[in-house]
Amino acid sequence: MPTTLNVNGKSVTVQAADDTPLLWVLRDELGMTGTKFGCGMAQCGACTVHVDGQPTRSCVTPVSAVAANKITTIEGLGGNHPVQQAWVKADVPQCGYCQSGQIMSAVALLNGNKHPSDADIDAAMSGNICRCGTYQRIRAAIKDAATMPAAPAQA
Amino acid sequence: MNAHVNPKTTRREVVIGAAVVGGSLLVGGCSMGDMLSIGAPKDFGPFGPFLKIAKDGAVTVVSKHIEFGQGSHTGLAAMVAEELDADWNKVVIEQAAANAKVYANLGMGVQGTGGSSALANSWMQLRNVGAATRAMFVQAAAAKWGVPAGEIAVKDSVLTHKSGKTAGFGELLEAASKIEPPEKPTLKAPKTFTLIGTDRIRRKDSAAKSTGAARFTQDVQAPGMLIAMVAHAPRFGAKVKSFDDSAARKVAGVVDVVEIPTGVAVVAKSTWAAKLGRDALKVEWDESKAEKRGTEAMLKEYREIAAGKGGDKIKWEAFDVHGTGKAPEGEIFETSYEFPYLAHACMEPMNCVAQIKGGKTKLTVASQIPTMDQLNTAKIVGALPGSIQIETLFAGGSFGRRGNFQSDFVTECVHIAKKAGKGNPVKLVWTREDDMRAGLYRPMVLHTVKIVLDKEGYPASWTHRVVTQSIMKGSPMAPKGVDQTAVEGAMGSPYLKATPVVDAKVAFPDAGVPVLWWRSVGATHTAFVMEHTIDQLAKRAGQDPVAYRQALYKKAGKDGARHLAALQLAVDKAGPTTTPGYTRGVAVHESFGTVVAQIAEVKMEGDEPRVGRVVAGVDCGTAVAPDQIAAQMEGGICYGLSAALYGKVTMTDGVVDQGNFDTYRVLRMNEAPTVETHILPLTGPPSGIGEPGTPVIAPAVANALFAMGRPATTSLPFVKG
Repeated sequence: MPTTLNVNGKSVTVQAADDTPLLWVLRDELGMTGTKFGCGMAQCGACTVHVDGQPTRSCVTPVSAVAANKITTIEGLGGNHPVQQAWVKADVPQCGYCQSGQIMSAVALLNGNKHPSDADIDAAMSGNICRCGTYQRIRAAIKDAATMPAAPAQA
Repeated sequence: MNAHVNPKTTRREVVIGAAVVGGSLLVGGCSMGDMLSIGAPKDFGPFGPFLKIAKDGAVTVVSKHIEFGQGSHTGLAAMVAEELDADWNKVVIEQAAANAKVYANLGMGVQGTGGSSALANSWMQLRNVGAATRAMFVQAAAAKWGVPAGEIAVKDSVLTHKSGKTAGFGELLEAASKIEPPEKPTLKAPKTFTLIGTDRIRRKDSAAKSTGAARFTQDVQAPGMLIAMVAHAPRFGAKVKSFDDSAARKVAGVVDVVEIPTGVAVVAKSTWAAKLGRDALKVEWDESKAEKRGTEAMLKEYREIAAGKGGDKIKWEAFDVHGTGKAPEGEIFETSYEFPYLAHACMEPMNCVAQIKGGKTKLTVASQIPTMDQLNTAKIVGALPGSIQIETLFAGGSFGRRGNFQSDFVTECVHIAKKAGKGNPVKLVWTREDDMRAGLYRPMVLHTVKIVLDKEGYPASWTHRVVTQSIMKGSPMAPKGVDQTAVEGAMGSPYLKATPVVDAKVAFPDAGVPVLWWRSVGATHTAFVMEHTIDQLAKRAGQDPVAYRQALYKKAGKDGARHLAALQLAVDKAGPTTTPGYTRGVAVHESFGTVVAQIAEVKMEGDEPRVGRVVAGVDCGTAVAPDQIAAQMEGGICYGLSAALYGKVTMTDGVVDQGNFDTYRVLRMNEAPTVETHILPLTGPPSGIGEPGTPVIAPAVANALFAMGRPATTSLPFVKG
């Protein structure tokens, strides 16, 4: 059945049953494949998007639950967000599969906390698994991004 | 084996092609690569299969190796760019097609990535490509400008002459294309490198992987594409007896349900429909040939085998027996170590896209061993292996999982495409649980050691028994002798070299659980056994663990020299002061030609060890991309630490107990150490770096816990329950 969503500032109508996870609507219906499938049960964070600015695991979020909300995906950051710049500068990614989710969690952290401590980073980021073990560089990149000029309001 | 060079082979093929086939397998005078590449495309441009230069001078390096995080694409491109003197910032990388001959791993004889060999096997091959092409451009410029070639300089893809003449690669492309490559291109002296060994080498894929643009198999979408999920048997070795698909077929979007050798596949128009359809299937399994033992029962059997009570079926194979005469009498140290099955648990669960149309088969998949995937696919579709087209994409991790003799997830997809694809591309999607329960684990392993000590407290004799499943037995790459993947690292250890009498053997009982290499393979357990044993021996001898190791490395002579240097580097860089609240543990191990020493600072947090700072000393020959070596040390340590702390796959009556990250715990941000990587300044050929950091951390942590006064660790993972 048709559901209208607000994704990255645009209104889109999709055909999906109410209980379809947002993840599969983004990927299969909208062709936005930056948001990844990792576990299907909110254990790994690869599918993290923002719902009204809050980091949310799209793999367990029914599409009907977010029809009235603003959804932001990795594609919505625009590619030049300070966090993305810091990621490239530090060569954070290895296989790269988890990094969309990592970046979305990091952006949400910095939106609410301009200068996170190590403990803040641990608390905000430990829901995101990286099997390549890029944690050290993620931590450094978050701190680096915190020193950069703020991102545009949308992200 | 002898290199096989066709007399008709042109210099172009020898120098800038791939006909330099050291290590290639020969069958009836024809190399394995020759046979398996029949039907594969053969036409490459004037600079061969590894390098393309466009009319605008843009340089593209073709990578024969997959990029699954280890930085192979970047490192391989840097080798070409260095010798070519190309503008590094503008070099781009393209993934090679499947071609067993042209893109063979020179250490394997066929195309494949593994054993931390990507840079090592390509070192001379790709430098020759870069140097030969550079010479072709220089000669073209010399002819055009009427000046001696020796007076022409190349920098950042631009050729210059002192007269002021200058031209880019693009301007000279046509002329250079027609020049015969030099027979022996002159390679740079390492001290003149301007790119290799510098931090100018940044990953080429960081931007794509920070924006969601990087393309993985999971991301493949195409018109008419079908998505498949498969109901697999709960026990290894079971087959489908019967199934009821009436409910599955009623799920909106489900197109077909078909039986395949590994289970029942639901084919649908979307991933979610495939999942709902698969969940609605009712399957009955024939378990007459299934493995029904649990891991407890199997481990009990391993203990009996190690104790010599395994019966007549058990055959002990020697991997190091040296020293003659009676073992000396002295103080005895005796212990055992038990290691569980481990899952690779890549972030991207296994998946594959296959399309069979008009007599042609195309795979779009992160293919770690394309030749194996071609062979296994060819058997199903009835085609020449070389004609199977493979587009290899980025892999969301592998750690060995994607390269296996069965091509398990690839062939599953091909069977579905053949039976239900109707010419459309079929994407097989495994859930996390499918991936976790599919087997191909790091084998469960039991080691026992019995060491007689001499008067100074050093080993006088060393008796070692290993019980595990063989990874290689029954495979196309089965060795004639002992399966070294089970014992490498104990075999060849400088400690055994330093011991006068050694009796080391392995037994391979059969089990129905599929096993596979897992990042650093045999070293995942042998490094732990050797390094943790050494600290216990050092304590008995009343010696410092570093000093005790140094003494043994000196006894081992040249076999301990690199260990000595890597250890000293780590000790020097760690400095004398341990972070307050932490205790240090040290370990040193060689794998894939690289020696890594690690000093780990560890504390207990409740019942769990936490690792703070880790200082690594590395001997990996020429450090091609130092920051990527650091990245592999950081990542390898996290991967090894994750398994050491939490990793275990167990079975109850043959059914895997774990399914997702809630039951297969892995390392997270708040548990990750801070790694400092230091590399010895060497100029020899590069050795591996993707794996050698992994096996060293577990014994370093065990040794720190032992130094705290806690008991020695006799089984992993550290965190029980």
